[in-house]
Amino acid sequence: MIKKKTPKERRIILKNADNPSYSNKLECYLKNDGYAMLKKAFKMKPEEIGEEVLKSGVRGRGGAGFPAGMKWKFLDRKSGKPIYLICNADESEPGTFKDRQIMHKDPHQLIEGMMIAAYAIQAKQAFIYIRAEFFEGARILEEAIAEAKAKKFCGDKILGSSYSCDLVVHRGAGAYICGEETGLIESLEGKRPNPRIKPPYFPAVLGLYQCPTIVNNVETLCNVKHILEIGGEEFSKIGKPNNTGTRIWCVSGQVQKPGYYEFECGALTLGEMIYDICGGLLPGRKLKAVIPGGSSSKILRADERFSGKLKDGTEFDWSIDDIPLDFDGPASAGSMSGSGGIIVMDDSVDMVEAMANINAFYAHESCGQCTPCREGSLWMKKITTRMCGGEARKEDADLLLSVANQIEGRTICAFGEAASWPTQSFIAKFRDEFEDKAQNGGKKPPLQLI
Amino acid sequence: MSTNGKSSMVTINLDGNEVEVPAGINLVEAAGIHGTEVPHYCYHPQLSVAGNCRMCLVEMGTPMRDRGTGEAILDENGVQKIGWIPKPIIGCGTNVSPGMHIKTKSPMVTDSREGIMEFLLVNHPLDCPICDQAGECRLQEFATDYGRGYSRYVERKNVKPKRTKLGPRVTLDDERCILCSRCIRFCQEVVDDDVLGFVDRGSFSTLTCFPGKELSNNYSLNTVDLCPVGALTSTDFRFKMRVWFLKESPSICTESSAGSNILVSSREGEIHRITPRRNDSVNDSWMTDSGRELYKQVKSDNRLLSASVSAESANLTEAISSAIDLLKEKNVGIVGSCHSSVEEQYLLNKLSKNIKAKKFLRGHFGDDDGILLSADRSPNLRGNLVTGFTNKYPSEELSELSQALDKKQIDALIVMGEELSESGIDLEDLNIPVIYLGTHQNKTSELSKVVIPMLTSFEKSGSFINRNFRLQSFKQSVPGPAGLLPDLHIIASLINGLSEDTEQSSDLASIWKQLSKSPTNPLHGIIYSKIPEDGIQLNGTKWDSLSFVEKKALHFSPLKQTQKA
Repeated sequence: MIKKKTPKERRIILKNADNPSYSNKLECYLKNDGYAMLKKAFKMKPEEIGEEVLKSGVRGRGGAGFPAGMKWKFLDRKSGKPIYLICNADESEPGTFKDRQIMHKDPHQLIEGMMIAAYAIQAKQAFIYIRAEFFEGARILEEAIAEAKAKKFCGDKILGSSYSCDLVVHRGAGAYICGEETGLIESLEGKRPNPRIKPPYFPAVLGLYQCPTIVNNVETLCNVKHILEIGGEEFSKIGKPNNTGTRIWCVSGQVQKPGYYEFECGALTLGEMIYDICGGLLPGRKLKAVIPGGSSSKILRADERFSGKLKDGTEFDWSIDDIPLDFDGPASAGSMSGSGGIIVMDDSVDMVEAMANINAFYAHESCGQCTPCREGSLWMKKITTRMCGGEARKEDADLLLSVANQIEGRTICAFGEAASWPTQSFIAKFRDEFEDKAQNGGKKPPLQLI
Repeated sequence: MSTNGKSSMVTINLDGNEVEVPAGINLVEAAGIHGTEVPHYCYHPQLSVAGNCRMCLVEMGTPMRDRGTGEAILDENGVQKIGWIPKPIIGCGTNVSPGMHIKTKSPMVTDSREGIMEFLLVNHPLDCPICDQAGECRLQEFATDYGRGYSRYVERKNVKPKRTKLGPRVTLDDERCILCSRCIRFCQEVVDDDVLGFVDRGSFSTLTCFPGKELSNNYSLNTVDLCPVGALTSTDFRFKMRVWFLKESPSICTESSAGSNILVSSREGEIHRITPRRNDSVNDSWMTDSGRELYKQVKSDNRLLSASVSAESANLTEAISSAIDLLKEKNVGIVGSCHSSVEEQYLLNKLSKNIKAKKFLRGHFGDDDGILLSADRSPNLRGNLVTGFTNKYPSEELSELSQALDKKQIDALIVMGEELSESGIDLEDLNIPVIYLGTHQNKTSELSKVVIPMLTSFEKSGSFINRNFRLQSFKQSVPGPAGLLPDLHIIASLINGLSEDTEQSSDLASIWKQLSKSPTNPLHGIIYSKIPEDGIQLNGTKWDSLSFVEKKALHFSPLKQTQKA
């Protein structure tokens, strides 16, 4: 078999970010054609920009992968209420660290993308809701906004036009749930980030302050600039149909070179990513499992076969290495590409302990509003913690699965799925390890008397 | 459309049966109308929808239509296909639409309910035997009806504060709280006193008062009624009585002209608590904290328990005959009461006609809280208008009585429970015989020649007319003190002893026959025993010109203002 040439990174969003001579200052951004697209946008009609974004087929980079142009279409423009644009910079999915790079290294790209988007949807006010822990990012963004405002790239009468849109950085409330669209909106309103029930509170209709609101991810908003640059049509040719543009993949776990890598969607497979781009596993280690899209996506076992039919009708039969890295690839394999956080696990990982780690995260981050997630996530944590503490029981695997099934699909927001999918997939794929814990570690260790 | 011609009704399919329900209501209500219980904790018909308990999950489907053409998609039998949503949806947050299908008994729904019940119980202290809510606990009820009946939980339960004093009247056990947020929403939406909230997150979420605040508003005890579990308890009532021993009787709150509908809970003749009774035209499901305290008057120290003549204890019949002797052939003045029932006011008016007595009336006023405590602090001022005891709006001062006394126009006085010294009458100058009929001692009763004890509204039956001119009946909840006679009997005895008219009956039904005779009276045609539990709206337009003191409040807007609008 002739080995395919390893694909090269194609950096669009991160084009300048890691260039040693590039800084996050406006001066540097302007030297690199900064804000040229904003000027272009202001010569267009707002709805034309929306059309371009729709044509580009760009899908949301936050996790759900919903087409951004479609989202904008749902906006209720007839209500007469002000429209708000929110950039979701609450990047907190375990395994994901892409938005942070953009904000730290190229903040003006985000501001430009946001101002184009704000103009396109005719937003009255724009917010960057940034994760509380990104204090450095918030400082950088605030400085960048001040620079941009001074040059009329945002704020009052942008580029001398009659359109004004203020941009504000809002520090998050320090919880994972603040990244959930409606939880974020509640938090921005100054309340507990309890996600809202949908219906009726769809952000595009009843969002921030009960006004129509668009919430987009950092990477998605940056893409708006590039869509305008090359046109929606041309953008849609990058990557694959229905998986357009580039994606920044964040690889973590036991690989030689963890990090973030920007590729055209579908340009490489998971195997190429792990072995060629990230330099493979640590010496002497074998691949055990991969979580392909942040901790809430379902885990993939290294020796699994994935087969079925793609949306276009072609049949596939993949090993884990063959899964194409785009939106639909991991989804076809029964998981999802989520926020692009690829977590690689080698054979040194104890799956029950990994599960306990994930469960601890979700138990801590559940907002506590609705019953199944509130009680279920902590219960699962207590079970896996107990199992790791040498008190595993035979029935625990089934119990965990049952608890997860009782959460899934019954909660207010998608956190229920995020908390239950890991457990469901860990039990489905590594049941033997859970049962082994009961076999070998089922007995309480003798008390150490002091 | 499947609306059967009635635009306000829609047809839905509930568990396989086509049923009609009002358009725009949610699935919990819609199923309830047809006798199907959709269990719920956080949903309350008079609060906003939170959708957080997830107990009301049901399966829902809508008729399928082609996305392009909008045409109905039919199955092989030519019936429109139903697109079932793969996940269960919350009944409280979903409104009915024509042709909607709902399953409330399917395996998916049963499984959801079992799951939610299990989750609610994992961190709940299962100490029902020592919990005050036992017997009226939704958690107990639904666990029995929809739970699995066994526990799979072997971990440690969360520990939370056990007895937080949220305010002067409410005590909270956080471990029992199921975080339904009803109390929070009540404080925000009904009382506009946003003091409660959750702190901490996930399963450790804890209900508490915001720092520096306390739950001290006059509606705080409604949170106890709203609480579906034993988390919020009434400091006054907790651990005093097992609720299954209590007898509940419907009554009306006498605190103000709002006329909140209440339930009086008693055991063996002793009242233990008062809770609101739902009436969507009057008080929704709420009442004031101060109104709940009124039962304490029944056993208060200054309660009049026996009759007296010239300050000497006397037999009730003797007292009545001494009263009759004192009143005979005198110029009598009668001070009526806005606290008396419609029937008593009617009889008192009849007495005044028969003996040509002068009538006086005072009002009791305070501040209007805009909800259920109205500026008119008497339950039945409007009864005096409807029965004809007065046609003027009373003031706090009995200035007419004062003038009449000055001019010596009166030489005997009947006082219905009022304290004359509070209404501008100098008791020391009062040198005419006074017959006092009342429930409690006061300065007036102390100087009265004859004192006849009366019953509180908990000990008798009758009716009141509230600020909306709504006639509401109340039934005796507990027996009166030994040896006392019904108030109506006493007034009827006075009528019979002082006039040669036909015998006046003290029976409610026959009094109502007389009361409802006149076709010009708003009470025309009403039969007492047929007054519905939620009352009868009377036509009060006749009294529009009077300047009623009540301000805009829950289910009430002053007549004149509505006419302007």
